[in-house]
Amino acid sequence: MIVVVLSGFALALLAPSLYRLSARWAGCVFSIFPAVLALWFLSHMGEVVGGHGLRFTYPWIPAMGLELSFNLDGLGLLFALAITVVGTLIITYAGSYLHGHPSLPRFYLFILMFMASMLGVVLSDNLIALFVFWELTSVTSYFLIGYDHDKDTARAAALQALIVTGTGGLALMAGVLLMGQIGGSFEISALAADNAAVQGHRLYPLVLALVFAGAFTKSAQVPFHFWLPSAMEAPTPVSAYLHSATMVKAGVYLLARLSPVLGGSDIWLYVVTGFGAATMLVSAYQALYQTDLKKILAYSTVSVLGTLTMLIGLGGKYAIQAAMVFLMAHVLYKAALFLVAGSIDHETGTRDVRQLGGLRKTMPIICAGAAVGALSMAGLPPFFGFVGKEALYEALTHDNVLVTVVGVLTSMLLFAVAWLAGIRPFSGEETHTPKHPHDPPWTMWLGPVFLGCLSVLFGLMPALPEKLLSAAAGSVLGKEVHMHLALWHGFNALLVLSLVTFALGVLVYLNLARLQRVTEFALPVVRRGPSQWYALWLRFLNWSAVGQTRVLQNGYLRLYLATIMTVTAVLAWYTFLAHADAGVIEFNWGDIGVHEWVLGIVALVASIATVRAKTFLRAVVALGVVGYSVALFFVLYGAPDLAMTQFLIETLSLILFVFVFYYMPPFKRFSTRPVIMRHAAIGTAVGALFTLLVLVATSVQWHPTISTYFSANSYLMGQGRNIVNVILVDFRGFDTLGEITVLAVAGIGVYSLIRLRLGKGGDS
Amino acid sequence: MEGLLAIVIGVLYASGVYMLMRRSIVKLIIGLALLAHGASLLVFTAAGLTRAVPPVIPEGAKAITGTVADPLPQALILTAIVISFGVQAFAMVLAYRAYQTVGTDDLDGMKATDT
Repeated sequence: MIVVVLSGFALALLAPSLYRLSARWAGCVFSIFPAVLALWFLSHMGEVVGGHGLRFTYPWIPAMGLELSFNLDGLGLLFALAITVVGTLIITYAGSYLHGHPSLPRFYLFILMFMASMLGVVLSDNLIALFVFWELTSVTSYFLIGYDHDKDTARAAALQALIVTGTGGLALMAGVLLMGQIGGSFEISALAADNAAVQGHRLYPLVLALVFAGAFTKSAQVPFHFWLPSAMEAPTPVSAYLHSATMVKAGVYLLARLSPVLGGSDIWLYVVTGFGAATMLVSAYQALYQTDLKKILAYSTVSVLGTLTMLIGLGGKYAIQAAMVFLMAHVLYKAALFLVAGSIDHETGTRDVRQLGGLRKTMPIICAGAAVGALSMAGLPPFFGFVGKEALYEALTHDNVLVTVVGVLTSMLLFAVAWLAGIRPFSGEETHTPKHPHDPPWTMWLGPVFLGCLSVLFGLMPALPEKLLSAAAGSVLGKEVHMHLALWHGFNALLVLSLVTFALGVLVYLNLARLQRVTEFALPVVRRGPSQWYALWLRFLNWSAVGQTRVLQNGYLRLYLATIMTVTAVLAWYTFLAHADAGVIEFNWGDIGVHEWVLGIVALVASIATVRAKTFLRAVVALGVVGYSVALFFVLYGAPDLAMTQFLIETLSLILFVFVFYYMPPFKRFSTRPVIMRHAAIGTAVGALFTLLVLVATSVQWHPTISTYFSANSYLMGQGRNIVNVILVDFRGFDTLGEITVLAVAGIGVYSLIRLRLGKGGDS
Repeated sequence: MEGLLAIVIGVLYASGVYMLMRRSIVKLIIGLALLAHGASLLVFTAAGLTRAVPPVIPEGAKAITGTVADPLPQALILTAIVISFGVQAFAMVLAYRAYQTVGTDDLDGMKATDT
């Protein structure tokens, strides 16, 4: 199975080179791959519906207990088939739709990579692997939405989708890690077997919140739904594939997959159901007043995602069954309708429903596909959408009145939306469009027609997909399920509800113009709410980034230093005053000889004189006095080597100072008094901190000194009596090599700076 | 005796930090030098002071006998002195060339990329 999941990535990487071999047939050739995968999945149908899922485990990072484990059960199989079957049609379609587009190879690269990632999501049993694939779908989706990268709307939409789903992804990662920590395993099957560990934990609400953040952003639930309609900037095959059939269902998939682990609690019930119900109603309504064919479809997709979310939130046998049926119906009709929309756009040059009409005469085949899709979406018999809607109503009426009302209202709106998107462009008088339309080549009608045939077939014979759907519902519920689907249930309450829905739907469609006027007037909040929050949030981020850069990266060295020094001093002083025991400090004044006092005072006076010097020469002289005092300290305390080096180097650098800066004018006074006072205060704080540090360091000995080793072995191993020298050239020889290298580099730098002749005004 | 050196070190650091924050680039380099002195003394003192006995193994002996000054900080400081000299030399020449080109030693006058 690892081959099945990962081969897509391999092919994706090869796709651009393969494309060059045969640009014309690349679409058809690449579509063979998902077709083969689909056949592979179909061939395992028997085992899966028989209740024997396939499981493959490969050690991934054994040291951390992570495994790359894949699990093919009913739910996974349903999604995998949707991914591969629709994938086959999409890639065939895209070959013609994007024919001649300069970056077509890149398209194949990303769409194949996306398909492989999506398979990874729905087949992984390991949460970490699932998350990795999940993020890969976000990333490939970013590239696919931004496919027309010279359009700035496409780039903005791609970024928006990435930011929204990526933020959710981060939350999901935290949720996954937390879940694995408290549940004791990253395998979903293991977590589901013992869900009390997670549900009983006090962090369970946090886990839920994080997982919801991931699922709701990915599946475009209100208020995160705005990215999906924006993502319609993508080429139509991408919209059909990612934004209706597969990727946006990943959130729904995740909820379904994790419902045995996390579901069943009150929070789960109310939050998931609440978000789902709000989404299905709000976005079905928003779909009504769109004019762009693809946006109409996008909002209706969001609505269906809301329905699925709500059903998973409700849980229970009927709801989960309905979710699976509804999901399959949606994949069949929505992908078809998107492909129809793409064909209309391709042939007429517009997607504006107000400009389209009468296309039944010029595009008969597409019209047939569209009609089946639209009628299925409207929930009319004998199409599979009807079966889906009946299952939905059955689940809702088993629950309570409120969700039933929401469900009926949504179906009513979607009925009108279906008519608007699938029937209206083909009916009525022919209109004038930018291009003269005719039926597209077979590659572009194959998809809608094939999916339409399935809608009819499954609608007429709902027993066909019954077993697969039962297995899918079974893997969510964790027990065996035997669903019975039928087109005709007899004259019962459900049928009455359906009839009411149709009647209301017709009413809404006929009063569409009036409804749109009311909406424009009354509901600007719903229309642009969350996407404007997003824009405001981005503006705030940019503004604060610019602001803090201006403050922190201001280009003044002294301000950087002042910030660093102040923070250091404050933190260190705070830590010392709050936590340290001041008793450890001994202010050791004892046995200081007169000569030491004199030397110390000379050093103090000289360093203050250096600071206060008015001319350069005075400063250098004072600095020299400081240096020589330091050297004398070395002499006093048993370090003749240091003293010699210090005398030499000090002399050398004084000479250099004088040579280089002899002709400098006297120091100018640049700073004002308050600035000087402030800097003096910072300097004092840092200086006092170091005094303190020395006192603490000399009062406390934490570890025995390692010098004993050097002292003992200097002669025996290093053959030298001067231990300092032996350390430098022997024990720590490489340090000295590094030091010499630094000096050499500095020397080269100095030399080249002196030799450097600048183009203008440079003389040396 | 550590008390006296601690104060000297504190004053060296204070004046070094103060000088680093000046606008004149020459003062900045002087600040570097002061800091280097402070750091040397800091390492020297913090490791503990021993009067007058350098860490040298006497003729005829195979190892140290009796109390001597700690050799390890001395080795470290020796490296530090030499490296800080390298840094200062480079900084001086760089500042000098900058002064020649820009015509000022004011750091605020060197913010533009054009001369």
